[in-house]
Amino acid sequence: MSEIKPKKLNNYSFIVEKHGSMKVPLKIFASEKLIEKMEKDNCITQGINVASLPGIKGSSIMMPDAHQGYGFSIGGVAAIDVEKGCISPGGIGFDINCGVRLLATNLKVEDVKPRIKELLEELFKRVPAGVGAKSLLKLSDSELDEVLKDGAEWAVRNGYGTKEDLENCEENGKMSGADPTKVSQKAKSRGRGQLGTLGAGNHFLEIQFVDEIFDKEIAKKFGITEENQIVVMIHCGSRGLGHQVCSDYLRKMEDTFPEIMDKLPEKDLIYAPSGSDIAKDYFAAMCASANFAWTNRHIIGHQVRKALERIFGEKVKVKTVYDVAHNIAKVEEHEANGEKFEAWVHRKGATRAFGPGSKEIPKHYQETGQPIFIPGSMGTCSYVLVGTEKAMKESFGSTAHGAGRMMSRKQANQSWRGEQIKSELEKQNIYVKAASWRGISEEAPKAYKDVDEVVRVSHKAGIGKLVAKLRPLGVVKG
Amino acid sequence: MKKYEFLEHTADAKFRAYGRTLEGAFKNAALATFAIMTDITKIKPKIEQVIEVTSRNKEALLYDFLAELLFLMDTEGFLLGKVKSLKITHNLTYSLKAVVLGDNADNYEVFTAIKAVTYNDMFIKEEENKVTIQVVHDL
Repeated sequence: MSEIKPKKLNNYSFIVEKHGSMKVPLKIFASEKLIEKMEKDNCITQGINVASLPGIKGSSIMMPDAHQGYGFSIGGVAAIDVEKGCISPGGIGFDINCGVRLLATNLKVEDVKPRIKELLEELFKRVPAGVGAKSLLKLSDSELDEVLKDGAEWAVRNGYGTKEDLENCEENGKMSGADPTKVSQKAKSRGRGQLGTLGAGNHFLEIQFVDEIFDKEIAKKFGITEENQIVVMIHCGSRGLGHQVCSDYLRKMEDTFPEIMDKLPEKDLIYAPSGSDIAKDYFAAMCASANFAWTNRHIIGHQVRKALERIFGEKVKVKTVYDVAHNIAKVEEHEANGEKFEAWVHRKGATRAFGPGSKEIPKHYQETGQPIFIPGSMGTCSYVLVGTEKAMKESFGSTAHGAGRMMSRKQANQSWRGEQIKSELEKQNIYVKAASWRGISEEAPKAYKDVDEVVRVSHKAGIGKLVAKLRPLGVVKG
Repeated sequence: MKKYEFLEHTADAKFRAYGRTLEGAFKNAALATFAIMTDITKIKPKIEQVIEVTSRNKEALLYDFLAELLFLMDTEGFLLGKVKSLKITHNLTYSLKAVVLGDNADNYEVFTAIKAVTYNDMFIKEEENKVTIQVVHDL
C-alpha cells in the first residue's frame, strides 16, 4: 500500500532516505520476504510519519516483525529528545508494558508430559484467563496505589515471589517515575479486579521445553542448561488499566493541542511536547501502568511456581530468567551521528536488547547482555536471544517482539473451529486449556507470520543473538 | 438498510455502521462493538445503563461514547444488547445521552476482548439520509 519503495542496504536492512517532512531516515530490519509483507499494509508510511515527529534522533526504526498499527507501526522504535522533542502514547501502545517473563525449572519433559493436563487445570485455577476473568486478589484503593507506585516490590512485600525474581526483571519490576495520582479513577477501576489475570487475545501462559540450544555458555548463564528442560513463558500486560491510561491521554493530548492534531497525518500520532505538563503526567501514568504490568506478571509467575510445587512436590525449583517489556517508553542515553543525547525511547512491539556492560541490566548478565524473549503464536516455537553491542548502535538497543498476525480473526474463524485446532495441536503433543473455543480458532498458529524468519533476521542483522529455541507442551489461553 | 458490517483487518476489528441519521449510526456502532465480543442476539435486556459524554467534535464524541461502553464491560461486565435511546446535541461542543440495555457477561460466552477504541481509519461520513461510521478497535 505504501507508494515509497525502501532501498535495500544489505540482506537484512532497508532504508527510506529523508525526504519531505521527515527529520531523519527510516531504517527497516527485514529480509526480502519480510519487506514484501510490510509493503502490503500501511506500516512503512507509518514509519515515515514517525520520522517526522519533533525531536526524533538517528532514524525511525522498524523491526523484522513490523506491521500496521495506530499512528506508529507495531514493531516500531523511535528515540525522541527528552528536552526538545515529545512523547506519544501511540508510540507505546494501548497495552502498556505488554511483555514476556520466562521461568526456568529443574523439571524435564518426561516429568511433565504425563501430567500436563493436570498441570494446565491447576494453572487455569490459579491464573484467571479470558474476557472478564476476575482477579483472586481484592485490592483496596491504597493497595492499588502502592502497586502503581512500587510495582513488583509490592508483591514481594505481600508474600508473592522472591527478591531474586525482582532482580531478574527489567527495572527490577519498578519504574521510579510512577505517580498513581496521574492515573484516572476510571483506569484504576478497570485494573482493580484484574491483577494476576492473563487477559485474552494473543496473551498466553505456556509450558515449554528447550528444543535446541544455540549458545551453550550464554544459555547456562540464563539458567537454561540442557535440551528437554521445562521452562514457562508468561505473555501479558497491564490489562484494562493500561488500555484506559493510553485512551485517557490520547484524548487529553488531542483536547490540549488541537493545533498539533490538525496537522497530523493520523490522529493516533498525537503527542505532548517536551516540557508540557501533560508530557510529564503521561510519563508518570505510563510508569505506573508499567509497574502494574510487572506486578501482574510477577504474581502470575508466583502462581506458576505454586502450581508446579503442588503437582511435582517441593523439590521443584523455579527461577525467573528475566522479564522484558515490549510496549514501553524509557528515558535512555544514546548516541547517533556523533552526538550523545537523552531520549524517550518509544518501543511499540519491540523488545529492549541491551548488550554486555549496560548499567541497566542485572550484575549477573553484565558479561552476556540482557536476555530477550520472542514469543511465537499459540503452538509454535518461541526463542531466547541475548542483547548485543550492535543493537546499541543500530537500533537504540532494541529488537523484534513476536510473530505478528498475518490473517484476520474473521478469516481465522471462518477457516477453523476451535475444537479442530485443539485436536490438531494434540496430535503434535501440545495441549490447550482455553477460556473460549473461539479464542483458540482466532489464535490459530497459521493466522500468524513465521516467527522463525523474524528471529533469523534479528540474529543475522545482529540486533539480538540466538541463544535457545523453546517448544510448547501445554498452553493456557484467554 | 444494513446496521453494520465487518471489514477485513489483519490484526484488529474494523467495522462500518450505518444509519439514516448521525444518531442512528452511533447506535449501530455500539451494537457492532459488542458484536465483536459476543453473540449480541442472545443478550437479554435486563440491565439499563445511562451514558453521557461531551466532546470537542463528532469523532471525539464517537471515541468517548464507545470507550465508555468498553469501560462498563471491563468494570461491571456489562454486555450491550440494545440501544433504547440515543440523543446528540450540538452547541459549542457535542453532547450525547444514551440509554442502553443489556446483561451481565457472566451469563454469556465472550470470545474476544477489545482493548481500546482507536482513531485509526475512523471516519463519519454524512450524506443525505445516510450516515456511515468506520471504526477500528484494538484487540
